[in-house]
Amino acid sequence: MTGARGKSPGTAASGMLSSPDGRDGDVLVRVENLVKHFPVRGGGLISRTVGQVQAVDGVSLTLRRGTTLGLVGETGCGKSTLARCIAGLIPVTAGRVIFDGREITNLSRRAMQPVRREIQMIFQDPFGSLNPRRRVGSIIGDPFAVHKTATGAERKRAVQELMERVGLNPEHYNRFPAEFSGGQRQRIGIARALALRPKLIIADEPVSALDVSIQAQILNLLADLQDDYGLSYLFIAHDLEVVRHVSNQVLVMYLGKVAETGPRDPVYDSPRHPYTTALLSAAPAADPETAARRQRIILTGDVPSPIDPPAGCRFHPRCPKAQDLCGRQEPVLEAKPGDQDTHLTACHFPVDAGEDLTRPRARETA
Amino acid sequence: MSLLEVKDLRVSFPTSDGLVKAVRGVSFSVDPGRTFGIVGESGSGKTVLTQTLLGLTPGARISGQAVFDGTDLIGLSNEEMREIRGAQIAVIFQDPLTSLHPLYRVGWQIAEMIRAHDKSVTRAQAQERAVELLGRVGIPRPRQRVRDYPHQFSGGMRQRAMIAMALSLEPKLIIADEPTTALDATVQAQILDLLLRLQQDSGTALILITHDLGVVAGIADDVMVMYAGRAAEVASKPDIFYRPHHPYTKGLLESIPNSSAARERLRPITGQPPSLINVPSGCAFHPRCAYVMDRCLSDEPRLTAMPEDPYHRSACWLPASAAGLSEQAEEVRRRTVQEGRGADAARIAASIAESPEAEGSVIA
Repeated sequence: MTGARGKSPGTAASGMLSSPDGRDGDVLVRVENLVKHFPVRGGGLISRTVGQVQAVDGVSLTLRRGTTLGLVGETGCGKSTLARCIAGLIPVTAGRVIFDGREITNLSRRAMQPVRREIQMIFQDPFGSLNPRRRVGSIIGDPFAVHKTATGAERKRAVQELMERVGLNPEHYNRFPAEFSGGQRQRIGIARALALRPKLIIADEPVSALDVSIQAQILNLLADLQDDYGLSYLFIAHDLEVVRHVSNQVLVMYLGKVAETGPRDPVYDSPRHPYTTALLSAAPAADPETAARRQRIILTGDVPSPIDPPAGCRFHPRCPKAQDLCGRQEPVLEAKPGDQDTHLTACHFPVDAGEDLTRPRARETA
Repeated sequence: MSLLEVKDLRVSFPTSDGLVKAVRGVSFSVDPGRTFGIVGESGSGKTVLTQTLLGLTPGARISGQAVFDGTDLIGLSNEEMREIRGAQIAVIFQDPLTSLHPLYRVGWQIAEMIRAHDKSVTRAQAQERAVELLGRVGIPRPRQRVRDYPHQFSGGMRQRAMIAMALSLEPKLIIADEPTTALDATVQAQILDLLLRLQQDSGTALILITHDLGVVAGIADDVMVMYAGRAAEVASKPDIFYRPHHPYTKGLLESIPNSSAARERLRPITGQPPSLINVPSGCAFHPRCAYVMDRCLSDEPRLTAMPEDPYHRSACWLPASAAGLSEQAEEVRRRTVQEGRGADAARIAASIAESPEAEGSVIA
């Protein structure tokens, strides 16, 4: 063991308390009530909007400098859309994104340009995110070219330093992506993201496509880079153990809304939202005794469509604890009695420690 | 009496770059009613192995034996294989969307499977059986849903439909190749639960192929860990997780983030899996192995049983007393490596230690 990483996760407050000017020095990203709806078009010859995909619906979050916020949720919960809104890749429908003390919501291309240097993304697919016809050196050097910060020999030297830093052989400068394995390609993606020394890296499922032994190499690399450069990560993954490993704060999304958020340990050790509880109980544990002991909460049915989400609490049709109120009234995201004031849950009937949710009620699951 | 007995199976594919040796002498057996997990990373040969059993690797050079219920599957004609495939050995693939035909109704596809193997069943009877099967795998309102097309099903429901199809002829063996990899965690839990329950009800044997040790920890009885086309270790589930002998098995277990070591450094296996065209000499794992010795460079280890448990077998030159994750086991490894390591192995160990990806526990 090379020693524990010297960071105690999430002792600082990270509630949704917004300072008046959004300029508290410790906070890098603050998102307030972010909404992103995509129009659904249809209706024959003359296309008209027939509905809205409510991909992200009123999400607030805070990311502190030098820390990692893990974003968890199932397919279609809006976690990638949220990330793309924060990165300014798609316009937001409503709400605010404040980055480094400055509002960047729906900035023009030109105004956004300097901000883009500071927010970089790492994508899931190391095959799809690199142009196969370009050499690795020029792929990693692209950010320098786009932002006109280094040219010629200077750029080459910078690229080779980056390659060395992420564990690639700098002599492979002139190779094509196809000559690298999946793990090495992910290193190329990381080198490209690092090129302009960003403050924030949004990593969207960065290790999902990799084998476990390679996945561990990449996670260690990301941890080292965070320590060296003081990077902040917004880390999206569906693997709960990976998120637990990397995160200081965790945010669980369900169908475009925040189900639960807070410092890592309370959320993992004593989840209050039934969805978080179910998600944690469903994650396969690589340990037979834990797996045998664990009482899995089997959720009935599938995630409903975000075009026509259920009324009230969006989770209520699948929730083992749902009551009439849940179908009528939407729960507020708030600290529940007995929880830290940074551990927020959107649920009318939060889960108590030791409560048994393993017997789902009989329910028609269309 | 084993249901399936595979002996020294070898599969290779001629390509323009050379012969790809995908499976290089694998032996294992599966008993009726048991769940046998096959774990390995991309390119370890786990899928080729099982597809060969089903005659689904055209163009491959195959040798060895795979005796299923008294019949050797290797060398069967297409006609003979068709009798067995589906009826006696069923398959569930990773991606349920590409394994269902998009233009036919789900119920029709299940009924077709039943009628293909038994012409005496009428269309109406087969359809009725499809409804019953969909109900059994937990699809709500099966009588209506049987008329749906695959795109009207969600990912989890499609995988349920595939399982219904696999069950339709009451096979003796089901091969599930990464059945839950494409699914979300909560749906994955539903499907694994279903597989386990159906298997307990019907007494079918199950071969579960996965890269996810978590899936194996949940439902397998026995586990085979594959590396570069060979079995690295075969053992009962507790032995694989708590008394691993092969350094690769140990490395896989240590690579997984777990709650007890949150935010500590992970201990990955250094380097990359080898090419199956130029497989390293001796033990194929030696270029990535922290415990490499001189012998590993030249002699390929065979699966050898542990003295106290003949079912636990490992293909590694370390002594049996090196099994386990304890301090004592580590001490045995350290001592053995010191004795067995000369200049050649020391050079490899040094290069592992210097590699930019070196993160594992390296004995230099």
